[in-house]
Amino acid sequence: MAEITTLAEAVARLVHDGDTVALEGFTHLIPVAAGHEIIRQGRRDLTLVRMTPDIVYDQLIGAGCARKLVFSWAGNPGVGSLHRFRDAAQHGWPVPLEIEEHSHAGMANRYAAGAAGLPFAVLRGYTGTDLPGRTATIAPITCPFTGEVLTAVPALNPDVAIVHAQRADRHGNVQLWGITGVHKEVVLASRTSLVTVEEIVDELAPRPGAIVLPGWAITCVAEVPGGARPSYAMGYYERDNAYYRSWDAISRDRDAFTTWLRTEVR
Amino acid sequence: MSSHSPGEMMTVAASRALSDGDRCFVGIGKPSTAANLARRTHAPGLVLVYESGTIGAKPDRLPLSIGDGVLAETADAVVSVPEIFNYWLQPGRIDVGFLGAAQLDRFANINTTVIGDDYANPAVRLPGAGGAPEIAASCREVIVIVPHSRRTFVPRVDFVTSFGFGAGAGDRERHGLRGRGPQLVVTDLGMLAPDPETCELTLTHLHPGVTLDEVHAATGWDLRVAPGLRTTEAPTDTELSVLRALEGQEG
Repeated sequence: MAEITTLAEAVARLVHDGDTVALEGFTHLIPVAAGHEIIRQGRRDLTLVRMTPDIVYDQLIGAGCARKLVFSWAGNPGVGSLHRFRDAAQHGWPVPLEIEEHSHAGMANRYAAGAAGLPFAVLRGYTGTDLPGRTATIAPITCPFTGEVLTAVPALNPDVAIVHAQRADRHGNVQLWGITGVHKEVVLASRTSLVTVEEIVDELAPRPGAIVLPGWAITCVAEVPGGARPSYAMGYYERDNAYYRSWDAISRDRDAFTTWLRTEVR
Repeated sequence: MSSHSPGEMMTVAASRALSDGDRCFVGIGKPSTAANLARRTHAPGLVLVYESGTIGAKPDRLPLSIGDGVLAETADAVVSVPEIFNYWLQPGRIDVGFLGAAQLDRFANINTTVIGDDYANPAVRLPGAGGAPEIAASCREVIVIVPHSRRTFVPRVDFVTSFGFGAGAGDRERHGLRGRGPQLVVTDLGMLAPDPETCELTLTHLHPGVTLDEVHAATGWDLRVAPGLRTTEAPTDTELSVLRALEGQEG
């Protein structure tokens, strides 16, 4: 059964310096509050994993928490670049950032293999591109039945998965709906997990089509209302598109970012 | 006829390339605008598929991101990210993939990864691959929308993020790719298509008011012109008014 705890306790218990940590959420239900708690607790040398590092990863990278980024698309969706990510990757500020680069299909399959307890996944992708030449975790593999040459990618098994969801009950059973991204896969692929939720209720009303992660498959659940802002939680609040646009100016400049970090997070 | 901007011409021309009933894998930005315009004009049965897992989305406004809530609320089905790539894209269930590019070369290879020869120390770090390599590999065909300039239209891309025709005819087959690759490139100056023999991109259309010299000046290689070069039909009043209403409502 998942332990119901506070965000600060969960992060202190699960996230350690040097860990491989995946905060997922495909535009929807991004665990932003948990990212800020990691910054506040001053974690260092993290290998951050995320298909679509967006502004919460820009913030973690700018705050100096990350040593390495494993990803498939790094940008501010619909707006432009991630300036803190670019500054770290191109100029080593505030610390150098190593990268391991994939496609979405590659990352999704790495999580799926991790969740399935298999060492690797197979996909018909990457062929002809320059990615296999630059990423050690992409390799050709021959189908033993047809002889077709496909691509293998190793399972991803992070130390900690962190995701946000709509609600949980007091046993830590989690209900989420809408765009579900890789929530299920990353939680099942990781050694430990934290799910932050909009609310904890005594009993979950049955909701047809909702994905439920049973409490026994999760390490910690923390109630964090608004924990996905400025992303969104369907049924609770909308995406704050204006904030995504405003992040461009804050993140472009090291001093403006440092001021933001001091006044808004720390 | 109303006057229109080059950007509007590009979006309208791209929307016309989509047929009613097509299943279209859409990226955010111009591809999404063009696909939503097509669904509101000549292709009401266009099936919009976004990589966030929304299949058959019918948004009443333009989404700001590929995971905008309006896509999930209006979709026929919402599936996980592993499922959208493994069950829907990879087996060839999608007719058209719609891609942008930071760089595009004469064989329609696409770069969205880094600018510069040194991957480890690039001149510019771009967002990366996202869903594009598999879209380029597995959709029945690909349409590229990209503004026309020498910075973008380069002889050889610095990094092949998504495979077009590689080094030319036969290369897709050699790599075992199942889709036909980029069949149309729409820019703000005109339209290009691969030569049936060599797969090299050739200019097939000039947009109204654009000269051949302008296109050559904006292309980083000696661009060939297809026999029977045509002029794109200007946007109709309906296309323009629907497009402007769409862009005026952007989330």
